Amino acid sequence: MKKTMLSAALAITASTALLSGCGEDDGSTVSAKLYTDSLYAVMKADRTNYTKYVVKRLGPNGAGVVKPDEHWQDIPNGTLLPAQMFRAGAEAVAEMTDEFTYSLQSLWPINSQNAPKSPMEKAGLEFINANPGENFYGEETLGDTTYFTAVYPDVAVVDSCSKCHNEHKDTPRTDFKVGDVMGGVVIRVPI
Amino acid sequence: MNKKIIWFLWIVISLGLLGYFSYGLVLSQDKSDFLIGHTTYGHYQIEMECSACHTDAFGGEEILQDACVSCHQEELNEAHDSHPKKKFTDPREAYRLEIIDARYCVSCHSEHKKEQTLEMGVSLPKDYCYHCHQDVLENRESHKELPFDSCANAGCHNYHDNRALYESFLVKHANEPWLLDDASIPMANQAKSTKLSESAKSITSLDNHWANQNPDIEHEFLASAHGKAGMQCSACHQQNEQEWVEKPGTQECKTCHVSEYDGFTKGKHGMALLPEGSMDEKLISPESASDQYDFKNESLERQHGCTACHGAHSFDTQVAQVSACLTCHNDEHSLAFTSSPHGKLWQNSTKGLVSKDEAVTCATCHMPRTFHTKTGMEVELSKLKRNKNSQESSQGYSEKNNIVTVKVEHNQNDNLRPNEKMIRSVCMNCHGLEFSIDALADESLIKNNFHGQPAHHVESVDWAVQRQ
Repeated sequence: MKKTMLSAALAITASTALLSGCGEDDGSTVSAKLYTDSLYAVMKADRTNYTKYVVKRLGPNGAGVVKPDEHWQDIPNGTLLPAQMFRAGAEAVAEMTDEFTYSLQSLWPINSQNAPKSPMEKAGLEFINANPGENFYGEETLGDTTYFTAVYPDVAVVDSCSKCHNEHKDTPRTDFKVGDVMGGVVIRVPI
Repeated sequence: MNKKIIWFLWIVISLGLLGYFSYGLVLSQDKSDFLIGHTTYGHYQIEMECSACHTDAFGGEEILQDACVSCHQEELNEAHDSHPKKKFTDPREAYRLEIIDARYCVSCHSEHKKEQTLEMGVSLPKDYCYHCHQDVLENRESHKELPFDSCANAGCHNYHDNRALYESFLVKHANEPWLLDDASIPMANQAKSTKLSESAKSITSLDNHWANQNPDIEHEFLASAHGKAGMQCSACHQQNEQEWVEKPGTQECKTCHVSEYDGFTKGKHGMALLPEGSMDEKLISPESASDQYDFKNESLERQHGCTACHGAHSFDTQVAQVSACLTCHNDEHSLAFTSSPHGKLWQNSTKGLVSKDEAVTCATCHMPRTFHTKTGMEVELSKLKRNKNSQESSQGYSEKNNIVTVKVEHNQNDNLRPNEKMIRSVCMNCHGLEFSIDALADESLIKNNFHGQPAHHVESVDWAVQRQ
C-alpha cells in the first residue's frame, strides 16, 4: 500500500514538473510577411508625415522656412529630402541591428546607384509597377546569406513628389503624377 | 655523435631566437625587428608605436578599423564623407564588396606596403572608381572621352571630401571673379580672449631672481602679449611650486592653449606627441623627414615644439607666420614665397602699406583661420561673404553673423591633401571658385608659389553648368 502510494506520488510529481517546463512556448511566432508588412507600415507612416508636415508645409511650396535640398547640410535652413530622410533611417537602423535592412529603389532613379541590383529587386519593382496595390515577396541569396525579400510600392503622396522628380535634371522619366508608383521599398530579412 | 651535436645546436639556436624575439615583443621599446615594411608617409612618426593601431594581438580587421576611426573619423564627418561605411552595409552591395570591401579603411589604405602606396596613402591602382561607377563614364556625355583612371584628378572628384567639388556647388559658384572685392581674412584673436589665471600672475620667490639674472629676456618678455597681460616667469618655468624648469615644454603651453595644442598634435609637426604619455623628446626634427622634404642644413637638428615657431619669450605671431616656416623649409614652394604676389602683400603689410587682413602668409593657407560664434558654433567665412549684400562691410557682416572668435587651425596637414580641401577654408575668401580650382590643379604654379595665372582650365564647372 505504502509502496504504491509512494510511487504514485513520485509519478505525479515528475510529470507535473516535466509538463510545467514545457509550457514556455505560447505559440506566437511571426511570419516573415507579417514582419516586413509591419516594418513597412511604420516606414511609410513616418515618411508620409515628414513629406506632408515638414517638406510640403514648411518648404518652398508652403511657409518657405526650410529648404529641402540634396545638399541640405551646406545651405542655410537646409533639411533632408524625403528620400534622404528615408535613407537616413535605414542607415541608423543598420547601426543598431542587422536583423533587417531596407532601401528605396526605383526603375527610374535619379541616382543610378538606386536602380535595382539583384534580379529579385528588378522582378519586384516590375511586379509592383504592373500590379498596382499589390506587394511582392520572394527569397534570394546574396553573398552567403539567404534573405526573405519584400518589395512594397512607393507612391507619390503629394504633388511635391512628382513635380520635383519630373523637373530634376537627372530624372529618366518626366511624367509622374500624384498616385503613381515611383519606386519601391525593399525590405530584407535574413532567414 | 654528430646527431647529438646537431640536436644540441638546433635547441640552442631555437632558444636563442625565441629569447631574442620575445625580448623584442615584450620587454623592449624598440620594435624595429617586427616592422614588416615602412608605413605610409603620414604615419612615419608613429611607425614604431605598434600599439597605436594594433591595440590587440587578435581581432583582425575590426581592431584596425577602430584604430583608423579613433583618429580620422572626426575629419571624415566634417568633410561630409561621400563614401561612409554605412553606404556599404546593405546586403544589396555584397557583390561589390567581394572586389573592394569599402567598409574598411585598410581595403584601400593598406599599411606597411610603401612600395605600392600612391598619394594620400592609397594602395590601390587609380581605377578603383570604375568598379562601381562605370555607368557614369559610359553614359555621361562630358565623361565619355575621359581615361578610366582619371576620376580623382585635380578639380574633379575625391573619394571622401567633395565639399568644394559637388555639382550644385560648382553651379552655384560659377562665373565668380578671380579676385573678390573684399579679398581679406580677419586676423586671429583667440589667444587674446584666453583668460590668464591668478596663479599665472602671482610672483614667486624665484621670479625676481631669474629676471635680474636675465635682463634681456625680461625686456623681451615684457614686450610680448604674455608680459603685457601680467604673466610672470614662474607661470611657465615653475608650475605648481615645483623646481624651476629651464626650458618648459609643450605641456606648459597646453595649460592655457588647449585647442592650439590639440591641432598641433594632429598634424605632422606634433604627431609624435599623440600616443599618450609621449614627452617632448619625441618631437621631430627636420632630419627625420629629410628624405621626403627639403630642409635648410643649419636647421636639420632643430626640434619642433611651440617655441620652435613662436620663439621662447617674444611669442611673436608675426614671426610664426612666415619667418618661422622659412627657418627650416627649403623647398621650391617655400623659397618662392617672398617674391610671389602673396608674399609681396605680406611684405607690404609689414611696412604698413596694406592692412594685415589682406596679407597672405604661409599660415594663411596652411594654418587657416576658423570662425566661431559666441556659442562656439563654427561658421564658414567664404559662404557668409557670398551671402552678404554689396552694401555691407566685412566688419558689418562679421558682427551680424556673430563671429566673435577667430582661431588658428594648428594642424597644418588638415587641408593639405587633397589640396581641394583648401578651396573653401582658404582660397574662396579672396578668390572665385573656378580660379581656385584651376590654380590648385596646376602643379608648376604651386611649385613657384603662384607667380602668374593657372596654365590650364579645369572644365568641371563648365560641365556642371551645361547640365543645368
